[in-house]
Amino acid sequence: MAGVELHALEKSYRTPTGIVEAVRGVDLRVAEGETVALLGPNGAGKSTTIDMLLGLQTPDAGAVALFGSPPGEAVSAGRVGAMLQTGGLLRQLTVRELVTMMAALYPQPLDVDETLEVARVADLAGRRTEKLSGGETQRVRFAIALVPDPDLLVLDEPTVGMDVETRHAFWTTVRDIAARGKTVLFATHYLEEADAHADRAVLMARGSVVADGPTTEIKAMVGSRTIRATLPDAPPERLRALPGVTRVERRGDAVVLVCDDSDAAIRALLAREPAVRDIEIRGAGLEEAFLRLTGDGDGS
Amino acid sequence: MNGLVYARYELLRTFRNRRLLIFSFGFPLALYYAIAAPNRNVHDLGSSGLSAPLYFMVGMATFGTMNAVLSSGARIAAERQAGWNRQLRLTGLSTRTYFRVKILTAYALALSSILLLYLAGATLGVGLAAGRWAQMTLFMLVGLVPFAALGILGGHLLTPDSIGPAMGGSTALFALLGGVWFPINSGVMHDVARALPSYWLVQAAHVGTGGAGWGGAGWAVVAAWSAGAAALAARAYRRDTKRV
Repeated sequence: MAGVELHALEKSYRTPTGIVEAVRGVDLRVAEGETVALLGPNGAGKSTTIDMLLGLQTPDAGAVALFGSPPGEAVSAGRVGAMLQTGGLLRQLTVRELVTMMAALYPQPLDVDETLEVARVADLAGRRTEKLSGGETQRVRFAIALVPDPDLLVLDEPTVGMDVETRHAFWTTVRDIAARGKTVLFATHYLEEADAHADRAVLMARGSVVADGPTTEIKAMVGSRTIRATLPDAPPERLRALPGVTRVERRGDAVVLVCDDSDAAIRALLAREPAVRDIEIRGAGLEEAFLRLTGDGDGS
Repeated sequence: MNGLVYARYELLRTFRNRRLLIFSFGFPLALYYAIAAPNRNVHDLGSSGLSAPLYFMVGMATFGTMNAVLSSGARIAAERQAGWNRQLRLTGLSTRTYFRVKILTAYALALSSILLLYLAGATLGVGLAAGRWAQMTLFMLVGLVPFAALGILGGHLLTPDSIGPAMGGSTALFALLGGVWFPINSGVMHDVARALPSYWLVQAAHVGTGGAGWGGAGWAVVAAWSAGAAALAARAYRRDTKRV
């Protein structure tokens, strides 16, 4: 049985400027115990997809199943924990009081002290929620996602506002949780997070899934490599004419050649440009893959 | 799922909210003293046979509790803006429990407001028989049901920016048309007033000054407003799952 199963999901909104098709036929399956990253530019439909997955919005068409049940059932049973993209905390309560209150709303919650410990907010337990910094608020929201002791953890851009150290600790915790057989689905803008922490990445653009596979496979799908070298005087047009080169960028004395056949390009480069030095050849990063597959320059 | 724990923390955070307490309690109390204290020796206000402190205590109780109960809407709107109601949807909390707890906290505020005004009245020499006071309070608690539902409805329809003026305006309108500020005894205004829950809240409060409470019409109007507002509020809550 899949942890998450989305079938042909569709959702559009009426806005003052017309109808926006936010999600146009999304199919997605996350196996139990799998960690999947959901990537895509703003407006790709990630958050709407997550809303439908959690039962916060009703799809216009298609179906959602979490562990084989409708989302509402899985949520009431405490099988789902989520950090939504936007969200503050209830004010006038301490962190411990808030987590205790939330724990009471689930059938089999984790122990509150344990939750505070795991989410690394034990030191904030006595602090009022309105006195927390942005990063601390995110950690408390993480504690709230963990307190139902969920089988599925859904994180919508969870590390926004966290500093580097907190972010590192956060992912260590998520990986520990994943290692205990929990299913994790997270949306992120940070490609390195997908690369480092997901078994699989799903790329969305304009409401559809444009790529779905292991991050290495997605990078390979783009197939490009780049050659970077110091070559002060060669005009870009001459380099562009080399076999296997699709694009040339000059950065000061250095040039960057984006290649669809880097083997042919490097042979020709060495033969025709004797002045070339400091050569590096690299596979495309997930970032390049992301930009190519989502088909627009807005990789934010 | 434990609704009692949820209720406990909701009450706790309501009574920790200093600004809310100032507006819910401090404001009616200050207004009461401002109006009633200079007239503390008027024992027969407008030949009603009632002392000024008693008359104004009862009037302010109507206004104060209506305000306190409707103010739950502003707190709901703020919670929604923080995305908190979406977080609550991801728990086992049922619509019914959510409503019960919201109404409970609104009533806790209203009841505290009545108690404080009663104590304030006592400092100005108002004495009510315990039985009469209890009867008045019970009547008022029933009369507040439509306002509690309207507060929740407003909280789920409006934003924190718009709810202040909307609630302030509707409280003033309900108060004016319902006869909170001056008695409405005849004419078209009286017919209009009799269809409003605020009129019956005033009648409930007047049990404290020797009023008879409600007849069939009163119960029917309060029941109709309660049922209508509660149905709309429940609908608004269920539909209200989008990002604000």
